[in-house]
Amino acid sequence: MTDVAITAHEVSKRFASHTERATSIKERLVRRKAASVDFYALRDVSLEIAHGQSVGLIGANGSGKSTLLKVLAGILRPTEGTVEARGRIASLLELGAGFNGELSGRENIYLNASLLGLTRRETDKLYDSIVEFAELAEFIDNPVKHYSSGMYVRLGFSVAVHVDPDILLVDEVLAVGDEHFQRKCLNKIAEFQQAGKTILFVSHSPDLIEKVCTRAILLDHGQVRFDGDPYFAVAELQKLLGTDRPDSIPDEGPEGEITFGPVVFSDRPGGPGMSVFPAGSAFSAKVEMTLGANSVKALHTVRTVVLGVGDIPIWVMTATDDDLPDGPGTWELDFFVPQSPPVKGRFVLIIQLFTEDEELITYHRTQHAFGVESEHKLGIIGVDYKVGSTQVATG
Amino acid sequence: MSATSIDQRARAQRQVRRELLVGLIRKDLKVKYQGSVLGFLWSLANPLLLLVVYSFVFGVVLKNGIPQFGFYLLSGLLVWNMFSGSVSTATESVVGNSGLVKKVRFPLGILPMTAVGFNLVHFVLQLFVLLVVMLATGFTSVLGPGLLLLIPALAVAMLFTVGLAYLVAGLNVRYRDTKHIVEVVLMAGFWVNPIVYSIAQVTKELNRHGLANAYYLNPMAGVTTAMQRALYAKDVVLANGDHVLADPGYLFYFERLGVGAVISLLLLWLGTSTYRRLSADFAEEL
Ligand SMILES: Nc1ncnc2c1ncn2[C@@H]1O[C@H](COP(=O)(O)OP(=O)(O)OP(=O)(O)O)[C@@H](O)[C@H]1O
Ligand SMILES: [Mg+2]
Repeated sequence: MTDVAITAHEVSKRFASHTERATSIKERLVRRKAASVDFYALRDVSLEIAHGQSVGLIGANGSGKSTLLKVLAGILRPTEGTVEARGRIASLLELGAGFNGELSGRENIYLNASLLGLTRRETDKLYDSIVEFAELAEFIDNPVKHYSSGMYVRLGFSVAVHVDPDILLVDEVLAVGDEHFQRKCLNKIAEFQQAGKTILFVSHSPDLIEKVCTRAILLDHGQVRFDGDPYFAVAELQKLLGTDRPDSIPDEGPEGEITFGPVVFSDRPGGPGMSVFPAGSAFSAKVEMTLGANSVKALHTVRTVVLGVGDIPIWVMTATDDDLPDGPGTWELDFFVPQSPPVKGRFVLIIQLFTEDEELITYHRTQHAFGVESEHKLGIIGVDYKVGSTQVATG
Repeated sequence: MSATSIDQRARAQRQVRRELLVGLIRKDLKVKYQGSVLGFLWSLANPLLLLVVYSFVFGVVLKNGIPQFGFYLLSGLLVWNMFSGSVSTATESVVGNSGLVKKVRFPLGILPMTAVGFNLVHFVLQLFVLLVVMLATGFTSVLGPGLLLLIPALAVAMLFTVGLAYLVAGLNVRYRDTKHIVEVVLMAGFWVNPIVYSIAQVTKELNRHGLANAYYLNPMAGVTTAMQRALYAKDVVLANGDHVLADPGYLFYFERLGVGAVISLLLLWLGTSTYRRLSADFAEEL
């Protein structure tokens, strides 16, 4: 058995748009010749997910996340490309999918488990544990149409995880549970991870994605836009959605005199924004700020500190009076590093403004980080070394 | 993986399918009779109503002269109801379960079978009640070797029903006209088959054109006449010289049921293969 759990090879999914879809024979005959408008919900998606990986799937509304899960689960047939999954799949695509409102919780557990491929005997054994996990013992004989949406999800999630799948596909459903249940779900997911199971889940919560996943895939209009570190996937998504910039600009300086605009990282001054760089590449950070007349007079030094994990300063770049414009208004300062140090990791900037007497006027910390990726896997820097070994005694 | 473990896996899968089918039928029954006081007894209401109405129309008003017309009617009607109920429920079986089809991966072939199973449960119950009432009222002609005709007759009825159920269930997802066509055809079918009148009235006409055998290309014709031979069993001669039953013997029915079986098998093949082909896109089209 290879260690690949899910493979998708150049998968595309085309939907006939609703107005184009003939649902009666007459329409079909009449529309026969009408050119159908192709809508691709997925386009050339290729993925490999290894056994034991926890992968987050993110993207704007309508970007194709649910469609991808359905294709992987075998519910939708890809228009082009192939999908292969090894192991038992359980999918939780909607809260209480497959539940019938008229039936009691108990009956729904049996029916749902049966849909997910459990025999009655197997369900008998798991029944108590399912109810206990969902914490619905006192409601279990009520019809589920009277359940709250959180209770629905509890029951659905509980059944899905008890099926003991090798691969768990979860669409944005956990958000409805209360904090207590969410924590329980996270624990269950952690248990799954320890057991080496594969999880693919959709969430709109950056925190959850960063906490749970070791990898995240960003979909944009049906295409894979980013595939890698969850932190950067989320950052890319926020850039796409335009939520990387605050709604109103905070960081008001003294008397509202100093405001900071966006900080843009790129590989050349004035270049397009980037968030991940290869180690040793050129690097530029463009800082935008707006100053009033008084602060321009007081300002003497702009110090930009690159902070690593744990806020350790990695390097510092300073601009003094001579480097700075004279008049009030909006400035752009560009700090350019032709060859950045070969240090791997995730970094933020902190920009500090000082007077001539080294007195701090104000500072600004970037909300988003940039990342440096490198060949070496462990440690923050790569070092050339040799290994010497001799046997000094026989064992 | 060893051969035995693959074998075990296949067996477990078949068991899951069977249990799922039973579970879904039970769910449908439960949902249908949820909260009703008389519950399952309602399933007897429909044939009872028809019995009253048709007995009045054909026994009193139009006077077709068939003695104990109620028993004659039900002999053919129950199996017809099973067939037509199954087919019309099956038509909606995929569309009506769109929530399931779109969100859960499960063997889709179960859905039309659920519709058939649901109606079969009612049929068995109604047949049982009919037999009890027949015996209680001293209608003992039912107790003969002819009763064994039930087995081949019901076998053909099931083949035909299941085949048609798959066909219409699949087609209705893509062409919603199917539902309306099915409605009309079933309505016509009720009158085409010898349920409220005796077969002799049809065959007399058809014989004149040499079409008597063509009539039995409709498998339900063979099934209803065989059911009448099995349950009503009395070959009464009416005032106009017509026989109530199609034939007093057995061979006649075996031949007709044989033809019906062949046609039903063809339909079953057509239905299941159409369904399978269409089912790959169900989740998308709903
Ligand atoms: N059966 C269908 N027929 C036609 N179009 C569809 C169908 N299913 C999905 N789509 C379209 O495909 C696109 C992607 O939908 P999808 O549900 O995958 O988005 P999503 O990323 O899950 O969004 P959300 O964050 O809102 O859940 C949408 O534009 C949707 O309208
Ligand atoms: Mg979705």
